[in-house]
Amino acid sequence: MYANDHAEAKSIRVSVDMKPPPFDYARAGSVEEAVALLARHGDDAKIIAGGQSLMPMLAFRMAEPKLLVDIGSITALRSIGIDHRGATLGALVRWRDIERHTALSQAQPLLVEAIKHVAHYQIRNRGTVGGSLAHADPAAEFPGIAVACEAEINVVGLNGPRTILATEFFLDSLTTALVPDEVIVSVRLPPWKPGRCWGFDEFARRRGDFALAGVALFYDREQRRTVEPRVAAIGVGRRPVRLSAVERILLGRVVDPATIREAVAVGTESIDPPGDIHAPGDYRRALLGVLLERALAKAAGLNLSEVA
Amino acid sequence: MVSRITHFTVNGKRVQVDVEPRTSLADALRYDLKLTGTHVGCEHGVCGACTVIVDGAAVRSCLMLAAQAEGTHVVTIEGLPRGQGDVLGPLAASFRKHHALQCGFCTPGILTTAHALLSEEPNADAERIREVLSGNLCRCTGYISVIDAVLDARPAYQNQKTVR
Repeated sequence: MYANDHAEAKSIRVSVDMKPPPFDYARAGSVEEAVALLARHGDDAKIIAGGQSLMPMLAFRMAEPKLLVDIGSITALRSIGIDHRGATLGALVRWRDIERHTALSQAQPLLVEAIKHVAHYQIRNRGTVGGSLAHADPAAEFPGIAVACEAEINVVGLNGPRTILATEFFLDSLTTALVPDEVIVSVRLPPWKPGRCWGFDEFARRRGDFALAGVALFYDREQRRTVEPRVAAIGVGRRPVRLSAVERILLGRVVDPATIREAVAVGTESIDPPGDIHAPGDYRRALLGVLLERALAKAAGLNLSEVA
Repeated sequence: MVSRITHFTVNGKRVQVDVEPRTSLADALRYDLKLTGTHVGCEHGVCGACTVIVDGAAVRSCLMLAAQAEGTHVVTIEGLPRGQGDVLGPLAASFRKHHALQCGFCTPGILTTAHALLSEEPNADAERIREVLSGNLCRCTGYISVIDAVLDARPAYQNQKTVR
């Protein structure tokens, strides 16, 4: 009986069905090699790094590339640098690298807090910052942080390197300003000012799931008054969005309970979130209001009971 | 599509697989290397049943191509530390003691995840263990016994000699 089972197990290989569509695979040894492969194959080629977004897309056959270009072994892209120009994360930096980096929680506290919400342990061990940007899920945390912080995304293509502002990078759901022969090499978050007030909050039905909505915000203060407020939201549109109406409310004001109430009212009016199987649009709008209230209260060091 | 030979190490043994590029690491382990302890549930990164340890980090083997395993060290459920003869390893023994499994389908993924966690963080508290295991779906236990079992296995990892 066991011998039979074994014989069956041996023969099973030929008939195994696979979820992903067939594709070829090439391992790029350098960014230049990756660009050359992309240039040769155009829209038929896709970059794979950690694969934590692309592999599910392939399993569902939402993507059907003819060639996967694996950049995972270009180790130079896995560095984290912090200097007077801010924090530069290589495209292959994984969520776990951010979690375990000793200086980042001081240098970019908003980033580190938001990254705690990215997916699950096993996915954080492989998922990369470049992959998250290129995938451009509207509910993903890192694109939201990049938009809030006005990060610069450094890419290389056939025409050489160029820098794209995060605020101009996300065009639509799963759609970016990258052209087919371009590879993300790094992303730079501007320096974090000492004493900056910030808050991040999101809500997902289960820990690690994509957020139904989320808010990332920060501002500096001069004589208690808000300067340079930045407020971004995820999960409430077809791409991560800046809530400029909220920023206008905060600018020059003291963030007190009255300001927060006004910001919430204006913020929820300024968005028009789509409904889907996870939540209707009105629910996401209400949720954004709650999260905005919490994040602003946290930034200002207020108790929620003082705000309501 | 041209098949591709990939070399890596599984549970300390050098192996090679010759598979289509679209083959996941999970399928290569199960069908080509006959290591069927790695279970495949959702095949799109949600359930955690297929978790293996690649270069020390717990990952979903359905979200990794076999080709991406080139040159890595993979540890599967079959490679977790165990005692001499029939003696269970510290995690497995603790899971038995705490009745931390029923049907057992998710168990390989939970054990590999817990092993990777305790190897890196032998003092992980209940909250950390709960957070980490949120990436593993179990429809039988309700998780309470699983958390207890992982907590109870910590001394073996705190005294590293017993699990190496």
